[in-house]
Amino acid sequence: MDQNRKVHQFKNPVLNWIEFRLPIISYFKKEYGDYPMPKNCNYFWSFGALATITLVTMIVSGIFLAMNYTPHTDMAFDSVERIMRDVNYGWLMRYIHSNGAAFFFIIVYIHIVRAMYFGSYKYPRELNWILGVFIFLLMMATSFLGYTLPWGQMSYWGATVITNLFSAIPFIGEGLKTWLLGDYNVGNATLNRFFALHYVLPFVIFGVVGLHVAAVHVHGSNNPDGIDIKTNNDSVNFFPYMLIKDTVAMCAFGVAISAVIFFGPNLMAEVDNYIPADPLVTPAHIVPNWYLAPFYAILRAVPDKLGGVLLMFGAIVILFVLPWLDRSKVRSCNYRPIYKWFMMGFFVNFFALGYVGMLPAEGLYLLIARVGLLYYFGFFFIITPFVGWIEKPSKLPLSISDVYAKNIAPNIGGGEKGIPSPAMQKDTNL
Amino acid sequence: MAKKPNNKRRDFLQLSTVTLGAVGTAAFIWPFLKSMSPAEDTLAAGSTEVDISAIEEGQSITIKWRGKPVFIKKRTKDEIEAAKMVQAGDLRDPQDDADRVQKEEWLVLVGVCTHLGCVPLGQKVSDMKGEYDGWYCPCHGSHYDTSGRIRKGPAPKNLDVPPYTFLNDTTIKIG
Repeated sequence: MDQNRKVHQFKNPVLNWIEFRLPIISYFKKEYGDYPMPKNCNYFWSFGALATITLVTMIVSGIFLAMNYTPHTDMAFDSVERIMRDVNYGWLMRYIHSNGAAFFFIIVYIHIVRAMYFGSYKYPRELNWILGVFIFLLMMATSFLGYTLPWGQMSYWGATVITNLFSAIPFIGEGLKTWLLGDYNVGNATLNRFFALHYVLPFVIFGVVGLHVAAVHVHGSNNPDGIDIKTNNDSVNFFPYMLIKDTVAMCAFGVAISAVIFFGPNLMAEVDNYIPADPLVTPAHIVPNWYLAPFYAILRAVPDKLGGVLLMFGAIVILFVLPWLDRSKVRSCNYRPIYKWFMMGFFVNFFALGYVGMLPAEGLYLLIARVGLLYYFGFFFIITPFVGWIEKPSKLPLSISDVYAKNIAPNIGGGEKGIPSPAMQKDTNL
Repeated sequence: MAKKPNNKRRDFLQLSTVTLGAVGTAAFIWPFLKSMSPAEDTLAAGSTEVDISAIEEGQSITIKWRGKPVFIKKRTKDEIEAAKMVQAGDLRDPQDDADRVQKEEWLVLVGVCTHLGCVPLGQKVSDMKGEYDGWYCPCHGSHYDTSGRIRKGPAPKNLDVPPYTFLNDTTIKIG
């Protein structure tokens, strides 16, 4: 190999010894030490780090739960109750895990909203976005599999309804469903394999997250103004600035999740799941976990089995091509006076879909779901390409430093708009 | 000059190696995929014999067959009449009532909604029976008539009729 390669020199001889054989020290220094973050990033940019922390928490609490869980239809429900009553701190593990899943989705939804609003999915970060949607899909699959494990009524019937979605596929549907279940209905074979897959998928997610992070580090993070870093004045080092900021965000997150874990651990749980699974009785009202409810609303809004299933999966698949549906070169919605409002409408609409997805599909709720469905797809297929074409974006700042110059300008009274005075530029070299 | 035939030979070797590798990999994956299909003991689920002598007219019982609920209903005259009145051609999944029963008064159905697999309501007197007085699925609002045929809602097909035989006047063998 190349004996002449430059080896990074550190003061610590142990580090030098490692670095010579495996250059991970310089890798971490480059990617997590000196890595330049745009200095205008707000707290929205902390949600990626929060999601990573939550993923690790979920994996750790999950491993400890698995040590006491029995994946058998006769024992699963009781083993979960044993975790709650008899296992030391079992209740804590389980409440961390069940509420952690909900918070994981909250964080990831905010992370996605951030990426959509500030145009992080656009050139040159398209692949990064695709990897992110892939992670989102894996998360939904994992949470669905995990929800089956306590073997309560919601577990059983949720699994039945979701696996029956596959039976809508013409010709191969029934066979595919039976193959997935390992039986003609949800049974012991199903529970066993769901447990195996629920255990392994988080590690797959972890791997894809690695690629997701590596991909964003190639071109650097986007920022609220959606413009590239041009000079050193535009950025701060990840360490310590971004790390400290992420830590503050993490503390706030810790307070929020602890409040739920300790004071309202069942706020987001369904009461019916504390009734053991009964294959002969369907609960009167089947609801998915709230974080999957918008897609469930889409499923129910369509009065046709195959159509509903296709649109539900389509609602997720469409996200993959968003970077190519949006023709505007301007990333941030802060500089897109028309699209901005449609984008906010999209978020409100998604929320409304989630709300009606938790309620019976009748009357007004059904109507709201149908209108929401139209807006959801209309946003991607019509609004996004069309607005990009007709909209005249606002003037972008010349650089990230320039943003600050503009904001400070009226107060100090110097410099033309968009052209910072030398004095102010000094001010912004934080 | 010698290069050309050599290249051809190399191409052939490369192609055949890759092909063999692909076939080998597929052959290796197959047992793993197949292991996820229902196991032999699951397939040998067998049959169930049910005593129906105690069922009154208009009453319906639920029994478990291959892990699924099966409805056995002794229909009233009105219900039979209502089921026969319907023109099969008007239905989503056209089927005459006569094709769904062996004896007019006995209706045997797999109690699993053909939409997404919930168990429809209608077995108990107090249950909602839907707009066609048969069964109603609370999950996504499918209505079935007194012959178990889909009449309204998202379900694509009628409730399944399982294979069954009358062993005598008071016993049915399902499966």
